[in-house]
Amino acid sequence: MAYEGMIAETIAINGDKGEPISAYVAKPLGPGPFPGLVVLHHAPGWDEWYRETTRKFAHHGYVAISPNLYHRAGEGKADDVAAKVRAEGGVPDAQVIGDTEGSVAWLRAQPVLNGKVGVFGSCSAGRQTFLFACHTKSINAAVELWGGRVVMSKEELNPKQPTAPIEFTKSLSCPLLGLFGNEDRSPTPEQVDQHEAELKKHGKQYEFHRYDGAGHGFFYYDRPAYRIEQALDGWQKVFGFLHKHLSTR
Amino acid sequence: MCTSIVEIVGASGAGKTGEGWIELTHSVVSYDHPHHAVLEEAITIDFVNSTLGPAARVAVELTLESAKELSAALARAIAAAEIEESARLRRA
Repeated sequence: MAYEGMIAETIAINGDKGEPISAYVAKPLGPGPFPGLVVLHHAPGWDEWYRETTRKFAHHGYVAISPNLYHRAGEGKADDVAAKVRAEGGVPDAQVIGDTEGSVAWLRAQPVLNGKVGVFGSCSAGRQTFLFACHTKSINAAVELWGGRVVMSKEELNPKQPTAPIEFTKSLSCPLLGLFGNEDRSPTPEQVDQHEAELKKHGKQYEFHRYDGAGHGFFYYDRPAYRIEQALDGWQKVFGFLHKHLSTR
Repeated sequence: MCTSIVEIVGASGAGKTGEGWIELTHSVVSYDHPHHAVLEEAITIDFVNSTLGPAARVAVELTLESAKELSAALARAIAAAEIEESARLRRA
């Protein structure tokens, strides 16, 4: 039997503008080389599901890092911190981009890295994953799960989120995987159509998979939105896509 | 769902957290993912003190229907309270 092991721990990294933020890291033991993955957490916070997901990627052979995008709101339980961030009107897009770039830099400094890095995110972090992939040249793949508000109305724009991510599609710098539920209301199937049309218009490399019988957050096994068949297929799509674009073995 | 439905208003008063009573600065009402209620979306109400840490929060997650009932009950109680206050002012 082949030996398996991983280290999972919280660390401090340099986030936006070099400011220290906390992050949760999970990495396989062994010499590697391993691909790297930034795992951006959803609006409900830097929570247990994201800890588990970070370890899941390590189990599959990735050095995974989940930066705490809500670090500046203070220490506390994930739901309390998320509520505080909501009361402050969310986190600024520019800060998220900086925190994610800091996470990529941390991965690229790891001696076991195979030189390839991807970004994964669901919900608000699906949006942020796409946004980041349009603002960087430092990654090789992006996985956007049901990113709400990639398409935004003028009324939804605000000083922290001044531009709808779809406006940056032309600058998308890497292959994109998108998974969506056809019963989702944010993004709606029509918004996913707009998202896809823009990707096509600019000749971007992408694959979208849309699931009937699923709404928002259909991977979350601890919520009523969970849809086992769609989630199992979705995970296969995620790992297939990441292997194709990040593996060097 | 990843809504942008959030209403934030100032609050004067007090709320009881797991750690005890706190002064309140804001009430935050949203319709989005609940953390605990077994619902896909919920009306969440947080009574917070924004000058304190994240734990300074009194939270509820309600179905849309029960939030409507709460809203109506609040409106009835406030209307009755205003009648009471008017009467007091007339007596003074």
